[in-house]
Amino acid sequence: MNDESESKEMGAVTTIYHEFESWHANLGEKTIHAKRMPGFFRTVKNYTQLALWLPFFLGPYLRWNGKQAILFDIQNRQFHFFSLTVLPQDIWMLSLVLLMAAMTLFAVTSVASRVWCGYFCFQTAWTDWFTWLEDKIEGNPAARRKLDDAPLSLDKIKKKGLKHALWMALALLTGISFSVWFVDAYTYWDNLIHLNLPKVGWVVLTMFFFGTYILAGFLREQACFWLCPYARIQGVMSDAQTILPAYDVKRGEPRGKLRKGGGAAAPQGDCIDCFQCVQVCPTGVDIREGQQLGCITCGLCLDACDAVMDKIGKPRGLIRYASLDEFSGKQARKIYQHPRTLVYVGIILVALSGIVYGLTHLGAMTLRVIPDRQPLFVTMSDGSIQNKYEFKVVNKTDKDIHVKVSAEGGVSGQVIIGAEEPPITHHGRGTSFTIFVKAPGANVTQEITPIEFRVEGIEDPTVSAEYNSKFNGPKHE
Amino acid sequence: MSDKHDASGVTTTGHVWDDDLGDFTNQPPKWWMLGLTASAIWCVVYCLFYPSIPVSNAHGFFKGIGGWTAINEMEADKSVVDEVRGKYEAKLKDMTPAAILADSELTEYVTRSGKVLFGDNCAACHGTNGVGTVDKQGLFAPILRDDDWLYGGKIDDIHTSIVGGRQGVMTPHKGVLSDQQIDDVAQYVKAMSEEGKDKADADSTVAAGKKVFMESDCTACHGADAKGMQAMGSANLTDKVWRFDGSLEGIKRTVAYGVNAGPDARIAVMPSFKAAGKLSDAEIKKLAVYVYKFGGGQADVPVTK
Repeated sequence: MNDESESKEMGAVTTIYHEFESWHANLGEKTIHAKRMPGFFRTVKNYTQLALWLPFFLGPYLRWNGKQAILFDIQNRQFHFFSLTVLPQDIWMLSLVLLMAAMTLFAVTSVASRVWCGYFCFQTAWTDWFTWLEDKIEGNPAARRKLDDAPLSLDKIKKKGLKHALWMALALLTGISFSVWFVDAYTYWDNLIHLNLPKVGWVVLTMFFFGTYILAGFLREQACFWLCPYARIQGVMSDAQTILPAYDVKRGEPRGKLRKGGGAAAPQGDCIDCFQCVQVCPTGVDIREGQQLGCITCGLCLDACDAVMDKIGKPRGLIRYASLDEFSGKQARKIYQHPRTLVYVGIILVALSGIVYGLTHLGAMTLRVIPDRQPLFVTMSDGSIQNKYEFKVVNKTDKDIHVKVSAEGGVSGQVIIGAEEPPITHHGRGTSFTIFVKAPGANVTQEITPIEFRVEGIEDPTVSAEYNSKFNGPKHE
Repeated sequence: MSDKHDASGVTTTGHVWDDDLGDFTNQPPKWWMLGLTASAIWCVVYCLFYPSIPVSNAHGFFKGIGGWTAINEMEADKSVVDEVRGKYEAKLKDMTPAAILADSELTEYVTRSGKVLFGDNCAACHGTNGVGTVDKQGLFAPILRDDDWLYGGKIDDIHTSIVGGRQGVMTPHKGVLSDQQIDDVAQYVKAMSEEGKDKADADSTVAAGKKVFMESDCTACHGADAKGMQAMGSANLTDKVWRFDGSLEGIKRTVAYGVNAGPDARIAVMPSFKAAGKLSDAEIKKLAVYVYKFGGGQADVPVTK
């Protein structure tokens, strides 16, 4: 009894080592030259990548009311989104946006595995574009391997030189495109052409240039294997219900080369061991070994396998999007029977409604009023009581506004002093000014009287803000 | 696991754990060794560049070849602040206090930067934020936040007060007036403040005091209307703000012993900040504007609504 459980435990640990002995870990010793094959998923991937990243390149050049439509103006601490300006005061919404992004990633992954990795991720997209250039210049994978092994020649220098030049151009464009989300795009280009960028601009551009060039040009799938945390996070997000590109072991095994004439010595599965699925894989995994970290679920092996199945006259789908439940013969459950996904969707909805609330309740103006605390009040020569207030107004509109200051509550007969000429509030930042409130001493009957201040635009009274404060007076015994 | 390893030709350290675990004598990776070497070089360069050896010798201590000092760094940081202030300070120099007050940007600068000046030079007597200080005899220095000014609340008046200082004068009346007369006049003065002059004049209970006030030398300084004269700094006796002490005892004391006139007199002295030489002209101008903006400053031309 005791021996048995011990050997079982030993077995569990040692299998890791056994597996390790037969497992090939891709440490990047060999460049993976994946074959490019047309197919459904190839087309989908082309479109999804462009759909997400073309706006990244073009978005900053969009103008709105003479200004950049979407601008994360870090220097002036504001975020412009068309006619909306978000100031740091409203940055709590950013946390909801991040929460929503994370939960969307989780929800999608729990339903359809690493959709992000395979179809949208910048590492996937840029690597895809880089290898596309490589394919166009150096030829197909076989030609590329040959060129790599060939001795240095004029032809090799020409091809490699052109490739790296184009890679660098794309890397530079990536750096520029990133930068212009944070400063005015046209000004940036002007400064760049005149080599007149600020120091931080050069640092960012250099980092993105080298980052893109190295990550997409050289590291490629190594980034997914050994750098990317999301690869691992998403790995644990999928379960037996998640559909993912998988090899149908029951149908495929035992695999073996297709024999002419069909005279098989032993019964054979549908897999003809043609290695097309491995050759097209951008991360170089063999999907037939099962789900693994290296698989970014891009579906390119499905295209390859389907093409082969068509050729040998077998039904498609030897490698297909399927859940582990389906392979083990369990009843596939509906999405609404997947509580984890529903929890993710619930969190997404909460975050989304928070953002909607935030955006619709931004307000064009905020007001803070700080009563002077030393002294709390001053007795004037005519016996009236005067309080001093510091007004801090944040004007979120895009123009300077003169405001009217008024108060509700407080002491009867009070006079507001300091706003006879409407104070100006500067757009996009805080403005502070001093306001005095003077009230007849006889009417000040309590130590603290609540008072609500209000500022509103002279021209547009809908631009307004209120703040509750207090009016201090002497103690009454 | 087997005791063979497939990396033949690589020696182990010779230590064996758990029967078969050995340790290769492989070199650490090259990038790691480069990092280690670079860190060591960095340490040496750092120690040479900065003053790092806290042992003194005949020439002081090792100052580092880079010439870095904390004072220099602080001065460099300060110069950033000075640069920001510089453009305002340069403007202030040639402007009158009234002109500064007319410029809202400069006024803003002065009200923000004047706090330190006020705290260092004025707050000792006038209190933080000009709330006044009280000693056992009453108010030691005037409250600067109200709208009652002995010498005028216009910007130039305030400026003149700071430049030249002020010294209050009131003759003692003990001996000149009888105790009863002092008591009477004190009651009248108190009534003027509390009820207003018109009511006090009509109030028969303080008629004796009124008689003393009108017939002795009180009106010479405080005026027949008892509103004081800013030219000589005599107090307005009809308002609610008291220079020293508004209690009956306090008023009697002021009447009896005067101001700045002998051992028991009240003290009301403000030094000349120009003569003291501690403050520059620009700083005095800044203080004038700062005090004006406390809330009691009086416009040269009354603001019309």
